[in-house]
Amino acid sequence: MISWFCSFHLASVHILNQALEELMEIKQVRENVLQVHLNGLLQTNDKIALKEITKQLCLENVVGDKIFGTFAENLSFLLEALKKGDRTTSCPVIFILDEFDLFAHHKNQTLLYNLFDISQSAQTPVAVIGLTCRLDILELLEKRVKSRFSHRQIHLMNSFSFSQYLKIFKEQLTLPEAFPDKHFTEKWNETVQGLSEDKNVKDVLLKHFHASKDLRSLHMLLMLALSHITSSRPFIIPTDLIEANHLCSMDSKANIVHGLSVLEICLLIAMKHLNDIYQDEPFNFQMVYNEFQKFIQRKAHSVYNFEKPVVMKAFEHLQQLELVKVMERTSVNTQREYQLVKLLLDNNQIMDALQKYPNCPTDVRQWAASSLSWL
Amino acid sequence: MFPLENAVLCRESQVSTLMALFGERHHFSFPSIFIYGHTASGKTYVMKTLMKTSELPHVIVNCVECFTSRILLEHILNQLNCLTPSKDECTSHIACDSFNDFVRLFKKVTQDQGVDDQTVYIVLDKAEYLREMEANLLPAFLRLQELTNRNVTVIFLSQIVWEKFRPNTGCFEPFIMYFPDYSIGHLQKILSHDHPPEYSADFYAAYINILLGVFYTVCRDLKELRHLAALNFSKYCEPVVKGEANERDTRKLWRNIEPHLKKAMHTVYLREISSSQWEKLQQDDTEMGQLKGLSAHAHVELPYYSKFILIAAYLASYNPTRTDKRFFLKHHGKIKKASFMKKHEKTSNHLLGPKPFPLDRLLAILYSIVDSRVAPTANIFSQINWIIYISTNSTSLCLTLHSISNSCHFHILFIFITSLVTLQLLTLVGHDDQLDGPKYKCTVSLDFVRAIARTVNFDIIKYLYDFL
Repeated sequence: MISWFCSFHLASVHILNQALEELMEIKQVRENVLQVHLNGLLQTNDKIALKEITKQLCLENVVGDKIFGTFAENLSFLLEALKKGDRTTSCPVIFILDEFDLFAHHKNQTLLYNLFDISQSAQTPVAVIGLTCRLDILELLEKRVKSRFSHRQIHLMNSFSFSQYLKIFKEQLTLPEAFPDKHFTEKWNETVQGLSEDKNVKDVLLKHFHASKDLRSLHMLLMLALSHITSSRPFIIPTDLIEANHLCSMDSKANIVHGLSVLEICLLIAMKHLNDIYQDEPFNFQMVYNEFQKFIQRKAHSVYNFEKPVVMKAFEHLQQLELVKVMERTSVNTQREYQLVKLLLDNNQIMDALQKYPNCPTDVRQWAASSLSWL
Repeated sequence: MFPLENAVLCRESQVSTLMALFGERHHFSFPSIFIYGHTASGKTYVMKTLMKTSELPHVIVNCVECFTSRILLEHILNQLNCLTPSKDECTSHIACDSFNDFVRLFKKVTQDQGVDDQTVYIVLDKAEYLREMEANLLPAFLRLQELTNRNVTVIFLSQIVWEKFRPNTGCFEPFIMYFPDYSIGHLQKILSHDHPPEYSADFYAAYINILLGVFYTVCRDLKELRHLAALNFSKYCEPVVKGEANERDTRKLWRNIEPHLKKAMHTVYLREISSSQWEKLQQDDTEMGQLKGLSAHAHVELPYYSKFILIAAYLASYNPTRTDKRFFLKHHGKIKKASFMKKHEKTSNHLLGPKPFPLDRLLAILYSIVDSRVAPTANIFSQINWIIYISTNSTSLCLTLHSISNSCHFHILFIFITSLVTLQLLTLVGHDDQLDGPKYKCTVSLDFVRAIARTVNFDIIKYLYDFL
């Protein structure tokens, strides 16, 4: 049994598939070895997993309608059925378990226990390969399962430096030789070379590299940049990458705040003030409304004094957007205005979002920037 | 692209990005795309229109309608089955138990329908509800392309940001796209688009301008604004129809419609009255003052004693117990100011909510405030000599009072209190098996109880601790 760790899931699958391909080139392996591919996302319990194993080993007609007592009996029957004619050994089977950590959450880890047991007890030649992203996978395994595990682990980690990252960037964008239009390929690869030497592009890539070494996020960046390509503009320019980086690193909550109405913004500012004064203690709608009233009475010129139900509707909209969260499950007895809630934005986010808010009334902006001098 | 541009206003760049991502039919696209933005920012509409005009094989599923994984998966498979119109295939229902079956059946159906050479799109609308369904659904849909090994792209539409979706153990990150909210100019353009043919576009645009002027600071939801625009247009046109003004008399039209729109904000915007009631009101041309709201507190006629019980309950909920002596005893003597005055604004009871009170406190306060207000002949409390406890079992009254002839008065009192609980003006707090008797809480607002108090000539503000 081997377990593989990889932060980039597809890479591990790819490597495994390549290894299997190479293995299958050996005639003896190809004719004798059976593969069973299981995935933790699809086989969510052991019953489904067993059905899937049956299907993949093409043993439906053998199992038929037999009823088995335990999982172990069922599994051993399946493996027995793979015994070949005159040889006393049965067919070797490779089990590949993708999303291995999800199998550890099944009831009693029955499947894992039985698979490991069979592979340990040398009844049938069985190899079990697990793929997972979790480093703490061994802690998830039960004691009896862990003891049957061979503890052979292969770690795949991204350990490349920035210069290698740049090289990968270039490789990803370069068109292969096999591309039909030779002239275009040349020009394209030239622009890619130019990009990898451009200082702005290197800055963008460095920022990206520091945020995440993951190749997946690099792919996302490149996808965004490539989506600007049209037939009228067939080559990537550095601005595309800068824009793509900007889109990648957007604060999504700030975008949501951008679309709020002025009344909702006022409520956010009122909540911000409550947090400042009372050190992040939870508050309720009545307190927020009170703060809002203070603003209206003292300093507002452009914001109309809306009635309480209208303000309540705006507050509920903020709850719907999950910018404001109720603290505990509401008991039927508490009125909506008195339920304790918490704001899920911090002060910096609010102030940044206000900067970009279109047509923000000046008195609202000033109110946001003012501090305890209010009281 | 021309019909598409006309159908989808103000969303040209989003459409072009999506078209660029989709590519040619047989190209593999990104396995999953996550689109977020406010409600009514056009996500579902753009997706539907794009799929239809480009004739891409797609399935649109609403996660509110399909709230369990089984319903969701079966819906997708059955819709896929009906992609190419063929009568007998559409009628047979595909059953699907688990995601494992779904993967197998998906491969089969796409092959049968002949779409396995082009990208199939699965659009999950209101995707935030996926978080509450089975835990494997969201990660599995994100990777559907890999799991099925087919050309499929799953598109998630939601108003909640992606960070709140991400499972703790990580998942395949989708391509995230943002649909920005409409600016006021965009809203003006889109709303002016559906002007009725009898009037000119300029006339309608002026109306939309006024509407936005009133509602824009409160609400930017396109659907709400459209609804309000449709409801109030006939009122706007009234002066023109009656001949009092022509289309260009903007000031007259404004003066006519502005108070009407302000009234709309308090009623139909809040769904206090239904749209049909609103339209009827406009036609009847009645005075807007008598609007009957839908919410329970708008119009309640209470009997005389119930009003006092409610007032007493409000005082019991919002005054601290230690202040009862000062407010409700005739001769309370001197009370030290220091212990009495509130220290901190935050502890104002009106900010924290009503507190529960036991029944005997309610009765004591009630006795105190009713005492001087009722004509001697009707003074039903004059025979009280002792405080009584009413047990939680309403059919048995436990009296320590020796004048049993008064027991029927307390039955009535209890009935009044229970009726207030049924009207949800009071709530019963705690469980039936508590030994120290029932506790209540007053759940009405200050404005409501002030209105009630005014009808019985009782100045409630004088008795409230928070208003000292």
